[in-house]
Amino acid sequence: MTPAIETTRLVKTFGGTRALDGVDLAIASRSIYGLLGPNGAGKTTTIRVLATLLKPTEGHARVLGHDVVTDALLVRRQISLTGQYASIDEDLTGHENLVLVSRLLGLSWRDARARAAELLGAFGLSDAAGRQVRTYSGGMRRRIDIAASLVTRPEILFLDEPTTGLDPRSRNQVWDLVRRIASDGTTVVLTTQYLEEADRLADRMAVIDHGRVIAEGTSRDLKSSVGINTLHFHLTDPGQRAEAQAVVSGLLGDGTLPGADAAAFAIKVADASIAAELLGRLARAQIGVADFSLGAPSLDDVFFALTGRPAQNESAA
Amino acid sequence: MSADAIRGETDALIMRPRPKPASALAATLTLAWRAMLKIKHVPLQLFDATITPIMFTLLFTYIFGGALGGSPRSYIQFLLPGILVQTVLFITVYTGVGINTDLQKGLHDRFRSFPIWQPAPILGALAGDLFRYSIAAALIIGLGTILGFRPAGGALGLLLAFGLVLVFAFALSWLWIIIGMKVQTPESVMTASFAFMMPLTFASNVFVGLETMPGWLRAIVRHNPVTHLTTASRGLMHGHPVTGDVAWVFAASAAILLVTAPIALRLYHRER
Repeated sequence: MTPAIETTRLVKTFGGTRALDGVDLAIASRSIYGLLGPNGAGKTTTIRVLATLLKPTEGHARVLGHDVVTDALLVRRQISLTGQYASIDEDLTGHENLVLVSRLLGLSWRDARARAAELLGAFGLSDAAGRQVRTYSGGMRRRIDIAASLVTRPEILFLDEPTTGLDPRSRNQVWDLVRRIASDGTTVVLTTQYLEEADRLADRMAVIDHGRVIAEGTSRDLKSSVGINTLHFHLTDPGQRAEAQAVVSGLLGDGTLPGADAAAFAIKVADASIAAELLGRLARAQIGVADFSLGAPSLDDVFFALTGRPAQNESAA
Repeated sequence: MSADAIRGETDALIMRPRPKPASALAATLTLAWRAMLKIKHVPLQLFDATITPIMFTLLFTYIFGGALGGSPRSYIQFLLPGILVQTVLFITVYTGVGINTDLQKGLHDRFRSFPIWQPAPILGALAGDLFRYSIAAALIIGLGTILGFRPAGGALGLLLAFGLVLVFAFALSWLWIIIGMKVQTPESVMTASFAFMMPLTFASNVFVGLETMPGWLRAIVRHNPVTHLTTASRGLMHGHPVTGDVAWVFAASAAILLVTAPIALRLYHRER
């Protein structure tokens, strides 16, 4: 099957900065695809090139078979973009905003008003329909923003950081919505810096760092690249950590990962049954283990393994 | 507002095929409708823009009117056409403010990702502004009438004068669109444009005639487009022939438009 989106060696420079440094992507239709990375990694630039807002400096991008530069209008007819900041008119009411978008997309005034009312109902915004959007909460703004992207059915919906700044409850609502949109056959491409979000939503994802795709695959693929399972240890005495790591390395070789604090560390293992043996050895060495867990690695572990640094630390964009 | 609300009425999310996108005209008119809605929802902006001219009208007519024109009543015949020019020209600044706000808020991105005629958001905003100018003009002329303004040219003269002011306002708006796309905040648009508008409207014959000014200043003021526009509006409202000034205003508007509109449209299409 032809991918919904295909990019080859996509480069975008701003002045001297290479925001995209050779991005290759192939995104299957009817899937949810995550672009994952810290701020400034190039996620938004990628989306803006795909949505025809930016022209690539080098390389090509095809959306639904159309080149984003030479066939921009054909691309625009089949996509919807919900940008990072709620791109709605705060002075207008929710209803007026959706009528505006509906009209621009070709609905008659009558159909536009009906569609606006229908979407407001579906997004739980009927009560706020006649209020100016500036009075809306963050979650309500996000919902009306997404609603504006669904006035007519896009083949591809781009969502740039759809849940940034939302409380957990609103975030869950947006997640439900994204799944629902995708199950109706729309390809959803979303960016996120929340590793959990990509893990929960995306069928496949690309991890982007410094304008390059540093890993690509399903959540499971990425986790496998780190190790099937990870053992997390939390010691009673941080002073014993070096000793404990030495015991673990004695059995499994080097490869312990630092933990959240001085008393914690982790190691990836191919076979979880090794855990019992490890705990036995630690006990014989008189090392107190306060807490112990066996789990799949988080995407934080993935990012750390790929780049050698945690994902969150690069927050200044 | 629960997640159930989203899941509950799912019919709306079963999406339909896209119709043919709006034509250039339909898109422009829809965006003009949006500009008019903003006047309705943010009436304070128009109030801000008209309160100063109203104050000026009252102040100049009653405090300086006797000294400048013999009596307040005779002075307002002279002043009002100029105040109308000044009022509408100041309001053109809000076109740039609106464009800047759209850029900052990301609306520009959404419009650009739509399959519509790309200049529609700009032309729609300009078309909506005609409505704003009309309200301001009606306020000023209404106030003038109360204060004794009696134009000899009648309603037709008023309409022609207003039409001519619109021609120049339309051209000038493109300058603010350029500024709106260049600066960071709506406030900077205001500051930058007012720094330009103050000398442009005050170094003119809006408040006093050219003949009262020192020679060096007269030489400058004589070439100010606002002077020509004011003379032409006065003439049209009071029924004097002013063909030369009208032609001058058309020429100046065309010149401004020819320079600013291509730059503005190129900036608008430029990626950011």
